[in-house]
Amino acid sequence: MSKFRRKKGKGAQKINTSSLPDIIFMLLFFFMVSTTMRETEVQVQIKIPEVSEVKKLEQKSLVSYIYIGRPNRGLQGMYGTEPLIQLNDKLINDEGIPTETVQDFVLFEREALPEVDKNKMVMSLRIDEDIPMGKVDDVKQALRRAKALIINYSARKDYAEQGR
Amino acid sequence: MADIAFLLLIFFLVATTMDVDTGLTRLLPPIPEDEQKEEVKVNKRNVLVVLINRNDQLMVGGQFGTRVDELKDIVMEFFTNPTNDKTLPEKVTKEIQFPPGSSPLLPPNGLWVGSVSKGVISLQNDRSTTYKKYLKVQNELVAAVNQLRQDFCQLYFGKDFDDLNMNNPTEKEIAEAIRDRYKMNISEAEPKNIGGLN
Repeated sequence: MSKFRRKKGKGAQKINTSSLPDIIFMLLFFFMVSTTMRETEVQVQIKIPEVSEVKKLEQKSLVSYIYIGRPNRGLQGMYGTEPLIQLNDKLINDEGIPTETVQDFVLFEREALPEVDKNKMVMSLRIDEDIPMGKVDDVKQALRRAKALIINYSARKDYAEQGR
Repeated sequence: MADIAFLLLIFFLVATTMDVDTGLTRLLPPIPEDEQKEEVKVNKRNVLVVLINRNDQLMVGGQFGTRVDELKDIVMEFFTNPTNDKTLPEKVTKEIQFPPGSSPLLPPNGLWVGSVSKGVISLQNDRSTTYKKYLKVQNELVAAVNQLRQDFCQLYFGKDFDDLNMNNPTEKEIAEAIRDRYKMNISEAEPKNIGGLN
């Protein structure tokens, strides 16, 4: 009735969401740029050791990964608990020394690289810290045979040791 | 619109990883071309043997029970041989070309002349050595050489070796010359079983 009645909204005021897509897209682009695609599912348990002198691996396209560790809990029924080598998505279940398989893997990975980068290939060894060196030595020998000589022992930066 | 963006965002959060890969980059020795193992004659004083046995214990230069944190100093002394000790490696005079005029401590043409160690470290492990210990030892060896390069770079160029910009041709040349000055002479022996029964 009154001319000066307060304009009161019914219930709570709605938040203006017209800028929401912009914000989400910004987040989306941030993640698209700063992350890389997960290429393989790691099927072995790996606790990467920590050391002080680590360097970043620069060119990701040149890097191939070899994983060595004990199989995940769920896979232990099938593969047992002995340390296994994983190349791409395959667990190598061969008895004895898997030299041939590793060499084939190196050849395959090298094929995928452009001609100029073929001898710059880096094999990154992601190995659990409790694995005995015998398995690692086998892989290293296989890599030498396959002429994949640049290797990278995957490790995390140990900040505690820096001040020493 | 926001729904679609959310959907894409969640997809990328799940399907991607962010971890940066770091580690120790090393070079493996190539397999000798002819299967015949050539015997390279190396003077005994020029080799520092680092053994890790199956119980993760160290033996450095014939002395059993060295701790990992002592290794860096031993290796640095081995490579520099400051007192010209007869039991530590020999040195040879070597000329290394640095970029001209890059440091006041070098002659104007940038030619460094000095003695370079002939030392080689031979790292040997047992099949039962744990990877963790092996990498710790590798790390100390690398750390020692890095420290020597670092000291050299700091002395001549007043800069950290790690801060040299690889995209700058002069600084890249400096880095390569310093790498030449202190070579990463770490040889990994053919695997064998050492240190007891398996």
